[in-house]
Amino acid sequence: MTGWRARLLFFLALLLGWQALYSLHLWPPYLFPSSWSVASSLGLGFADGSFPLAILVSLRRILIGYAISLVVGVPLGLLIGRVRLLQETLGTVILGLQALPSICWLPLAILWFGLSERAILFVVVMGAVLSICLSAVDGVRNTPPLYLRAARTMGAEGWPLYWRVILPAALPALITGMKLGWSFAWRSLMAGELLYVSLGLGQLLTLGRELNDMGRVMAVMLVIVVLGLIVDRLLFAPAERLVRERWGLNLGS
Amino acid sequence: MNPKLEVVGIRKVFATPRRTTQALGGVTFNVEAGEFVCVLGPSGCGKTTLLNVIAGLERPTQGEVRMDGAPVLAPGRERVVIFQEAALFPWLTVRSNVEFGLRLLSLSPRERARRVEEYLQLVGMRGFERVYIHEISGGMKQRVALARALALNPQVLLMDEPFAALDAQSRDTLHAELQSIWAQTGTTILFVTHNVREALVLGTRVLLMSARPGQIKHEYPVRIPRPRHIEDYALVDAAQEVLADLREEVLRAEEEAGYDRLAR
Repeated sequence: MTGWRARLLFFLALLLGWQALYSLHLWPPYLFPSSWSVASSLGLGFADGSFPLAILVSLRRILIGYAISLVVGVPLGLLIGRVRLLQETLGTVILGLQALPSICWLPLAILWFGLSERAILFVVVMGAVLSICLSAVDGVRNTPPLYLRAARTMGAEGWPLYWRVILPAALPALITGMKLGWSFAWRSLMAGELLYVSLGLGQLLTLGRELNDMGRVMAVMLVIVVLGLIVDRLLFAPAERLVRERWGLNLGS
Repeated sequence: MNPKLEVVGIRKVFATPRRTTQALGGVTFNVEAGEFVCVLGPSGCGKTTLLNVIAGLERPTQGEVRMDGAPVLAPGRERVVIFQEAALFPWLTVRSNVEFGLRLLSLSPRERARRVEEYLQLVGMRGFERVYIHEISGGMKQRVALARALALNPQVLLMDEPFAALDAQSRDTLHAELQSIWAQTGTTILFVTHNVREALVLGTRVLLMSARPGQIKHEYPVRIPRPRHIEDYALVDAAQEVLADLREEVLRAEEEAGYDRLAR
């Protein structure tokens, strides 16, 4: 419980420090808002329905984009991990493309899809799919050789070997990749929404800036942080914990 | 009638661009059905390589392994290997691990369940069916690995220093149990170890391997009555003789390692 208490105290101190800094009036309020104005923007945003709407729009986008990324990325990665030729060709391309921040796809996406939902989804998918795919490749390639030997001496070859040994052995890497993919998707979505009018949380940020309403901007940032944390804590952390415990952390041995 | 297992002139050379290492320099021996043969040798003499070749997991550079007269070309469930690390699958429960090989056969679910039960009983692991692998001790893991292998009714059980990583007590218990399991099932066992007394406790015959390149240097029939224990007088006596021979090979192995270092 001391951990909780310490954390609570720390955040209180942070808040107080913020308020103290604000009350020195070093910067005008439209550059450095008070914690109160952030809180009231937060309340207002939820009261007038603009925040819930933006949250729904953004969540819908990321869910669709992320689902597409999983459906494409996981099977592709599993395939590339096993087929040498694909690894040397497609694998290299994917590795290279991963160096490209996904928001760089936006100009192309707008040309191809117009200022539409699909353009944003495209950017989200490009953000997530590559890292998901590469983690799947890694997971498959790093199957402990001992598991393979053990399975083969028991008569497992071909498809059963893949399905019942390689795939489960790759699961920890897959989950790490899925988590990574989610955070990339989230970043890509925010970047995409910031760059053109599109509803969603990113647009609220742009709007706040245009209205010189820093309280609102920071309130939206807070919402984005909290959403990210919730997904991480509720979805990925339990899955990771389970796998880490069961796989015994000793993947190599 | 053919011997259960014939190992004929196995040579194995590992070649890398930098250097070539001859791991096995012509290993020849037979194992009769129902025998419990221990291959004893200093570390690095190629014991594990030999076992892998017999298992079909590695191809020999030269020579042939035959089982019931037919050449061994690939791994198969009639020659199941038990490794030093139990190599159980952590994502499966004890029950599912034992079931792993059985699922690849076309057995009725009932027959499968019966065999799982039977072999978990045999290794004393009933009651642990639903437990995951990370929850059991090293000794228990090897028991499960044993059950998983035996459930497939292998013709030959190949064991690669399966007890080397265990504490002395677990090892003692498993020595006793493996003897009784062998007596009950009559499975032919080829057991690789670097421990003289372990070889003498378990084997009906001990084959001493030389330092690299590995060859069979000597053969000792073991006539001590069972059940044997690692502290039995007769066994300790017999161990003296074998130890002297083994020590020679250990020294040779170290010498060679020294030359290797100089040569580099």
